[in-house]
Amino acid sequence: MPDTNFEQPQTPAATPLAMTLHVNGRDHLMALDPRTTLLDALREHLGLTGTKVGCNHGTCGACTVHIDGRRHLACLVLAAAAQRRNIGTIEGLAGPDGALHPMQAAFVAHDALQCGYCTPGQIMSAVACVAEGHTGSDAEIREYMSGNLCRCGAYPNIVAAVREVAANAQQRS
Amino acid sequence: MSLSYASPTTVNEAVALLTGATGLTKILSGGTDLLVQLRSGRVKPDIIMDTKKIPGILGIIETEAGFVIGAATPGAVIGEHAGLAAAYPGIVEAANLIGSTQVQGRASLAGNLCNASPAADSVPAMITAGAIAIVVGPNGQRAVPVEQIVIGPGRTSLARGEFILEFKLPKPAARSSGAYLRFIPRTEMDIAVVGAAVNVTLDAAGVITHARVSLGAVAPTQLLVVDGANAIIGSKLDDAALAKLDAAARAVCNPIDDKRGTIDFRIKVAGVLARRAAAIAVQRALGQAAGTKH
Ligand SMILES: Cc1cc2nc3c(=O)[nH]c(=O)nc-3n(C[C@H](O)[C@H](O)[C@H](O)COP(=O)(O)OP(=O)(O)OC[C@H]3O[C@@H](n4cnc5c(N)ncnc54)[C@H](O)[C@@H]3O)c2cc1C
Ligand code: FES
Ligand code: FES
Repeated sequence: MPDTNFEQPQTPAATPLAMTLHVNGRDHLMALDPRTTLLDALREHLGLTGTKVGCNHGTCGACTVHIDGRRHLACLVLAAAAQRRNIGTIEGLAGPDGALHPMQAAFVAHDALQCGYCTPGQIMSAVACVAEGHTGSDAEIREYMSGNLCRCGAYPNIVAAVREVAANAQQRS
Repeated sequence: MSLSYASPTTVNEAVALLTGATGLTKILSGGTDLLVQLRSGRVKPDIIMDTKKIPGILGIIETEAGFVIGAATPGAVIGEHAGLAAAYPGIVEAANLIGSTQVQGRASLAGNLCNASPAADSVPAMITAGAIAIVVGPNGQRAVPVEQIVIGPGRTSLARGEFILEFKLPKPAARSSGAYLRFIPRTEMDIAVVGAAVNVTLDAAGVITHARVSLGAVAPTQLLVVDGANAIIGSKLDDAALAKLDAAARAVCNPIDDKRGTIDFRIKVAGVLARRAAAIAVQRALGQAAGTKH
């Protein structure tokens, strides 16, 4: 059963653990409490606040990042366990010249957001969904995007964006 | 004492760490249960031991004897293994029910089992497949049938210093297959109200010669329903056999009563799902027989 009272203090105290995280192509050396999640490491320690905190326990998908190309929930990964892995966040998706990733462009074109809070997680998840090839039909897209909740209910436009990127990717290959 | 994180790179190192530790040591595989419990303050370990650097703990090996699944292998990898999906579709469909695609990127069979939730989806499927957990510890290795690992909600039979290294699945006999079904009030991202797994082996005439039936979420632990298996062995799963299976499944239930399902509802659904899972398992075994090989 998911817990709801997740703000309780944590004991015992911990000595910081030195670790290197490889994020968006760059190494970051830091010393963190061993319990620090990848989500907190990104947001609180590296200032990469594009990755969002929703539920903080695995149910909403707002914190979706890539680890070695696969989608993971940063709130359920210990930063320490993500060392020596390629971590990708929404900040690293656009090209070096700022050109939007096709999925970002499709989200804009299809108006696949309202408040935008879930959007970084949706986009990271959607990029992986296309790479995994789980885009055979709208139903398949919906199923494989079901780990990303959108309380604004932008789902139809999100599906349209994913469908378009998948179709373009198929044409190119 | 202060909390520390360790990621041993050999079994011996891990066992030494677990046996030498003072205070509470928690084993970390995917962390999809453990991190939630850490954050809620429900578990306060002194040491978190990450298993994922131990050789063999990640990945699936197909051998002459069957399959070896590393304890920490994530569900996503299990779902992509064609050989495993053909031999044990019940395990693959159960693993694929665990959470979202993102959760499946981490969630492991060992974590699902050792978290010891009565509703853990992969456990009935593992039990019916005859999966053996290879447990390592200070006294070496032991092979434990999966149904003997969980002894109550949140409790396992593992001794101090022990952990699961891998699961072994026998190579299935010809004309064998399995299925897992669960009931949840919605279609995704929910916890089983009832789960049922069935594995069968048929003879050339389509008669069931061997069967295993297991139920989840209807008792403090997953149940191996021997009477349910006996109800269908020797039959071609005719209506009489199905009725006996339904009755046997209902008879072993000892469920909780909550807003997600009353006792009566869970018991009724256990019978229904056992019948449906058996029918799917037999269909799959027949389909395999109709294929070119096996
Ligand atoms: C959003 C969400 C949805 C979920 N949906 C489902 C669902 O539908 N069905 C379901 O069954 N579960 C579900 N879960 C629960 C969880 O994902 C599964 O139980 C998962 O399989 C746990 O595996 P893990 O590797 O993440 O375990 P971890 O969190 O790493 O470990 C779980 C427990 O097992 C112990 N452990 C881990 N590895 C070993 C080992 N090798 N030897 C001994 N002990 C070990 C740990 O110490 C801990 O107590 C869900 C979780 C989330 C967050
Ligand atoms: S914040 Fe990680 S899944 Fe909700
Ligand atoms: S756009 Fe508001 S939550 Fe999705």
